[in-house]
Amino acid sequence: MTTIEFRNVSRWYGNVVAVNDITMDIGPGVTGLLGPNGAGKSTILHMIAGFLAPSKGTLTLDGTATWKNPEVYRRLGLVPERDSVYAFLTGAQFVTATAKLHKLAEPERSAAWAIGLTEMAEAQDRKISTYSKGMRQRIKVAAALVHDPEILLLDEPFNGMDPRQRLHMMDLLSRLGDEGRTILFSSHILEEVERLSGTIQVMVAGRLAASGDFRAIRRLMTSRPHVFHVRTSDDRRLAAALVGRDYTHAVELTSKGLQVRTSDYGAFCEQIAAITRDENIRLTELLPTDESLESVFGYLIAN
Amino acid sequence: MFNPVVAGITVRATLGRRRALLFAVPAVVLIALTLVLRAANPVGVQWPANVLGTFGFSVLLPLTALIIGTGVLGAEIDDGSVVHLLATPVRRLDVIITKFAVAVGLTALFAAVPELIAGLLAPNSGKLAWALFAGALVGSVVYSAVFVLASVVTTRAIAFGLLYVAIWEGALSNVVGGVRILSIAHYGLGVANAIDPEKNLQAGLGLSTSLILGTVITVGGLYLATRRLQTFSIAGDPV
Repeated sequence: MTTIEFRNVSRWYGNVVAVNDITMDIGPGVTGLLGPNGAGKSTILHMIAGFLAPSKGTLTLDGTATWKNPEVYRRLGLVPERDSVYAFLTGAQFVTATAKLHKLAEPERSAAWAIGLTEMAEAQDRKISTYSKGMRQRIKVAAALVHDPEILLLDEPFNGMDPRQRLHMMDLLSRLGDEGRTILFSSHILEEVERLSGTIQVMVAGRLAASGDFRAIRRLMTSRPHVFHVRTSDDRRLAAALVGRDYTHAVELTSKGLQVRTSDYGAFCEQIAAITRDENIRLTELLPTDESLESVFGYLIAN
Repeated sequence: MFNPVVAGITVRATLGRRRALLFAVPAVVLIALTLVLRAANPVGVQWPANVLGTFGFSVLLPLTALIIGTGVLGAEIDDGSVVHLLATPVRRLDVIITKFAVAVGLTALFAAVPELIAGLLAPNSGKLAWALFAGALVGSVVYSAVFVLASVVTTRAIAFGLLYVAIWEGALSNVVGGVRILSIAHYGLGVANAIDPEKNLQAGLGLSTSLILGTVITVGGLYLATRRLQTFSIAGDPV
């Protein structure tokens, strides 16, 4: 049972702050590190893995610092995002070499076990240069697991995987988490995190925007005001009709149509057609304007 | 200290790259030049020491050492695959020593051995051939330490190495005598000249100076490279 502890950790590059004053604990089980690109997720993972020093604060694994401490790799496995592996080796050679670098008693046996876990046995004798991106991801996971670590860090592990591979990897990570390992993976895709982890840490612009149970955070995300751009044959009349509804936060008349802010995405979408029909208005355009993940995260950080 | 797994991967990675073909080019040129001169047999010219000393120690040895020394670790740092090696409990000192040993071995194979072969092919140069071989071995050791260090310190290690070889060793050390104190080529020539004294080698340093400075630079370079690798960082998110 291993806990990763962040205490007021910041990391900056020159005068750019990548991670800003983060305090959190990551315990056994699967934890998703969610956030848009550039939010600081990789920086967090690299600091845990001992490949970046915190500029400020302390980061420890059960009280032991990871920076300048290669011994930590006996307990930790890392799957980096970069798709660079020793492409001239076969999958089996790569995983066995990693086992030997860990000085495992039976490197071939450990490699076979890890390759089996990631379902790469059939392709293990092919050179990695011939692998698809998804297969490279899996052989990297096999190498990271070969010493049976307590902690597994994965940076965007599902990139390049097809749906079947993705499901298999999610199942594998769930099992590893259920066995008591501390699994932390980063993703910018909400659905990946939703399927895999009960606990999430949401990063936005280097800050921890939300932390804890996924469902509670998801509720916060879905209850936020949504903004729609609407164009009709009579914008002013529709605005008057919408203002009387519970779910309407605000309506703004602009030269290009209406901006409607609503607290209930579903109710608004269901009723807008009926309202325009009852008011004898022709609806020509209905666009949600803030559905990007960044805007969801922006809302979280503002609240 | 020497890790055979790291060494095996390094040798395969180094020889498997396309630029591995470059290793052999200076060696082939030296041997071809020697064969041409032997066939031409110019009268009254002491060409073996001039050609093997000048071309061998100012072109063949430093360029070969540069390509190999900056590649054994630098290529893995450039493409990011070094993370798979460093995310294991292997001591950073062991990584550096192993990479250095591979660089020395390959540089000796592609520079010192061809120097010996060319020396043995040249007329009346038996002792000189072995002297140059010994000098080239010393040069392989010191160059490798410096270029491995450069590859850990900067992503522009090849540019740094070319500047050092061309400007410092190639131009300045022939004009300003004091510069030779920090010229690895002259350490090699100093050793060769001590074994087979030959004025055409234009050795600027004695044996003891060459060995002491070569040792200091090698040990210092490996120490600094290890320190640097201990604080190896991966760039974080693009911010």
